[in-house]
Amino acid sequence: MRKTVAAISLGIIIAILIATALLIHPFGYPPSQMDDYIIENTQSETGANNAVTSVVFDYRGFDTLGEATILFTAVTGVVMLFRKKKRGVAK
Amino acid sequence: MIMSKIVRTISNLLTPLIFIFGLYIIIHGHLTPGGGFQGGAVFASGIALLIVAFGSYNIQKKLKEHHLSILESSGALIFIGLAFGGIATVFFYNFLVGSSFFGHIPPTGFNPGDIWTGGIIPLMNIAVGLKVIAGLSVIVLVMALASSKIEIEE
Repeated sequence: MRKTVAAISLGIIIAILIATALLIHPFGYPPSQMDDYIIENTQSETGANNAVTSVVFDYRGFDTLGEATILFTAVTGVVMLFRKKKRGVAK
Repeated sequence: MIMSKIVRTISNLLTPLIFIFGLYIIIHGHLTPGGGFQGGAVFASGIALLIVAFGSYNIQKKLKEHHLSILESSGALIFIGLAFGGIATVFFYNFLVGSSFFGHIPPTGFNPGDIWTGGIIPLMNIAVGLKVIAGLSVIVLVMALASSKIEIEE
């Protein structure tokens, strides 16, 4: 019983995913002004040849700040989780 | 735990090359594919190779946790400081383009590239690279230390 329910729900989910992939709008449509602007102006505005890096660190720098914060939080959590317990401290 | 002599010899040969490759990806982040995050991950994978080959106890004697945390915090501070440097115009404004420090402007179109371009982008790449190197190294080192049974003094 549970296996049949699982198989039916899996089939429904796969059908929904395939329908979504078929119904999504084609690649590059509707055309955006932003990508052409970045490709044309990234070398004169940011001075970097690598357009991806100029987007990551200049146009979308705030996003990168969040990324760095995520890394910082992950490191803090791991170090706190595996910290060495001090001897002689009252439990 | 220490691996055999073959593994240790090959790790000794390979880790300088991995470190140089990671630093190259960080420093050339504004010219070639890659950047701070990717190069830092490459560098930290070299440290992970050292930890696997030589054991976390031996690496821990040379690579202290609090030194790495200082490195990571300084990377974050450099990043935020560079972001606040352009606060006169807007947050994350590239205020070094056109100046004499990393300020060359390349011609539009295909060009071989110049390391002295990009404004704050190479400096931010270096800051994020320091941060990722220290962060991933701390994660790998702390987890390896915790999984090994040896007692280590603080």
